[in-house]
Amino acid sequence: MAKDHAGGPEDYEAMIEEVLEAYPVKARKKRAKHLSVSGATEEAPDATTGIASKCDTTKSNIKSIPGVMTIRGCAYAGSKGVVWGPVKDMVHISHGPVGCGQYSWSQRRNYYIGKTGVDSFVTMQFTTDFQEKDIVFGGDKKLAKTIDEINELFPLSNGVTIQSECPIGLIGDDIEAVAREKKKETGKTMVPVRCEGFRGVSQSLGHHIANDAVRDWVFEQPESEAVKAYEPGPYDVNVIGDYNIGGDAWASRILLEEMGLNVVGNWSGDATLAEIERAPKAKLNLIHCYRSMNYICRYMEEKYGIGWMEYNFFGPTQIAASLRAIAKNFDETIQENAEKVIAKYQPLVDEVIAKFRPRLEGKSVMLYVGGLRPRHVVTAYDDLGMVIAGTGYEFGHADDYKRTGHYVKEGTLIYDDVTSYELEKFIEKMRPDLVGSGIKEKYPVQKMGIPFRQMHSWDYSGPYHGYDGFAIFARDMDLAINNPVWGLYGAPWEKPAIAAE
Amino acid sequence: MSALRQIAFYGKGGIGKSTTSQNTLAALVEMGQKILIVGCDPKADSTRLILNSKAQDTVLHLAAEMGSVEDLELEDVLKVGYKDIKCVESGGPEPGVGCAGRGVITSINFLEENGAYDDVDYVSYDVLGDVVCGGFAMPIRENKAQEIYIVMSGEMMALYAANNIAKGILKYANSGGVRLGGLICNERQTDKELELAEAMAAKLGSKLIHFVPRDNIVQHAELRRQTVLQYAPDSKQADEYRQLAQKIHANSGKGVIPTPVTMDELEEMLMEFGIMQSEDERLAAIAASEAQAG
Repeated sequence: MAKDHAGGPEDYEAMIEEVLEAYPVKARKKRAKHLSVSGATEEAPDATTGIASKCDTTKSNIKSIPGVMTIRGCAYAGSKGVVWGPVKDMVHISHGPVGCGQYSWSQRRNYYIGKTGVDSFVTMQFTTDFQEKDIVFGGDKKLAKTIDEINELFPLSNGVTIQSECPIGLIGDDIEAVAREKKKETGKTMVPVRCEGFRGVSQSLGHHIANDAVRDWVFEQPESEAVKAYEPGPYDVNVIGDYNIGGDAWASRILLEEMGLNVVGNWSGDATLAEIERAPKAKLNLIHCYRSMNYICRYMEEKYGIGWMEYNFFGPTQIAASLRAIAKNFDETIQENAEKVIAKYQPLVDEVIAKFRPRLEGKSVMLYVGGLRPRHVVTAYDDLGMVIAGTGYEFGHADDYKRTGHYVKEGTLIYDDVTSYELEKFIEKMRPDLVGSGIKEKYPVQKMGIPFRQMHSWDYSGPYHGYDGFAIFARDMDLAINNPVWGLYGAPWEKPAIAAE
Repeated sequence: MSALRQIAFYGKGGIGKSTTSQNTLAALVEMGQKILIVGCDPKADSTRLILNSKAQDTVLHLAAEMGSVEDLELEDVLKVGYKDIKCVESGGPEPGVGCAGRGVITSINFLEENGAYDDVDYVSYDVLGDVVCGGFAMPIRENKAQEIYIVMSGEMMALYAANNIAKGILKYANSGGVRLGGLICNERQTDKELELAEAMAAKLGSKLIHFVPRDNIVQHAELRRQTVLQYAPDSKQADEYRQLAQKIHANSGKGVIPTPVTMDELEEMLMEFGIMQSEDERLAAIAASEAQAG
């Protein structure tokens, strides 16, 4: 039942029109600006993918329309859930009523090494659990007490971040004053983050606010002894924007280390505060998730003169191109090593492709994810012979869509901040062979008889980064698509209307 | 017992709301009405003249001490003062922290749920200053106060505040049935004060309920933590409050949906009364003073 992707953009544009019909005029007009089909461009094709298309006509990073079911998160989700949450040796307080922390507890699968509850705290949930009186009389005292209790109960924690929930901004609590006071008392790093959920249009502003908090409450503070004592080496690099979901950062790190680089910081999956503190001493920042951490890299460039580059460790084509591009910033030894690493893993790549490509060739995929994956994973599918029929970002900005043109071919459906209704209709009409999105989308799609993989959490699998990750990625896509269950979709007494080929 | 009547006094801070309301209620109690005062100002000064005491313990402070508002008993917070007037203060945080508006909502819900409104004829809310946020609009919305009385004077800022409060009433007038009972002018001896107050009332589509003349006896009584009605029941000022109380009592169901004006209209009116200069006059005055200085 594979949809032939050669249908062409005319079809998709008509489909967009048809789907928009359901909206009132005003909403239709607004939503139309977020939906498009990638078009032709005069720009030179991307050196790695050989692709150039124009995806940047889409409007993005503006507020969702009331009444639609958006799939976006909030600023608190961006700061606590994405940027700060994975820093393992700090305690992250969900400051406010209990729900925000409770329902975002341990959802991103940020793996780490450490003794939970002793020196690492990622999978624990800390909250100030606001009650009515904290709202009326202010919560600063409770916050101070919470920090005291954390220091007493978890003496090996190296600091605290205060992740503001909505009420903090509404009642005007002075969390910065509490942070300064506690830093003075304990000597530990305290980071107040003003990531109240109502700020901005999505989690994206939360990333930015969290980046700013790194700048103000870590970098702009007096250097710790550990940082002063650190002697930088010529091959020191930071990996920025790898959250170690299902072990992604580990699968990436080994490649960088094998080529002779010294990964001094991984932000923020499996990270320690020390890794953040000494980041300004590195030679180069390597950004994986550009959307969530480009801000602090730009700052480090400006302030400390550290260059940054984006790379992509999804799929062998991109991995090889990235390893070479990274190596170019260093001497010949590193460049030679990069070639050696690529050669070393080539047999693995060949084996994986030989096994899975025949099973996946020509299958179409629709993606709807967050920060970098709507474009970053595209070439990995391509390596397996699969085709991207549609992709879109929950909270992307214009620069994300611009970059997407290097990954997806002309005639790909592009949807920004897609609503549940639109996505469902698109899937229904396009009937791709696989949809990659989040948990809320998973079951409706599977009930439509279409294979699905969660592409936020790797569906409890992973890692997907690096060569090792690619093997798992290929296996998982095969498991989803070629699962015999899809052949049993129709009731046995009916002629199967939808069946796997 | 007739149906419970709920009224509220609003007005700019410092205008004399608490003084006026307590004196008026002390007069109302002479008419045989059973009254409950609900102070909705974090300063908690809405009941001191009735209780002849310093500020009473507030709902929110006691709730915070005991843990939560569920731990409170009505007897802990309900005090009985002059001629059996029942008094409650909502209270709130110290200035600059927390959310006093949420406090008002919490307190009023507590009082209702715990039967504070049983066996009274009148509930009177005394509400902080302007309607600064949703919490302070609590007595206006959700069918709490039926009539709002705005305490004002001939001063410009008091008139601005009155207009803003009228906007708050208008917002909830159709959903909750709240009405503007009228304006109470607390004399400040500004120019043409009575005329201005009447004009303002007319602009708002309402009426001036009473013009309360300035009399130092109010301050004398206040220093003794008493109402004029208690301190000098035979004074002329006590009679003024009695008149006001009668007018309010007779005003039941006669409130209106206010017609607040735009800032331009309001300023135009103030110019007509010579309280505010027109732009031309202002520039002329500046030029004149500069010429003089030169």
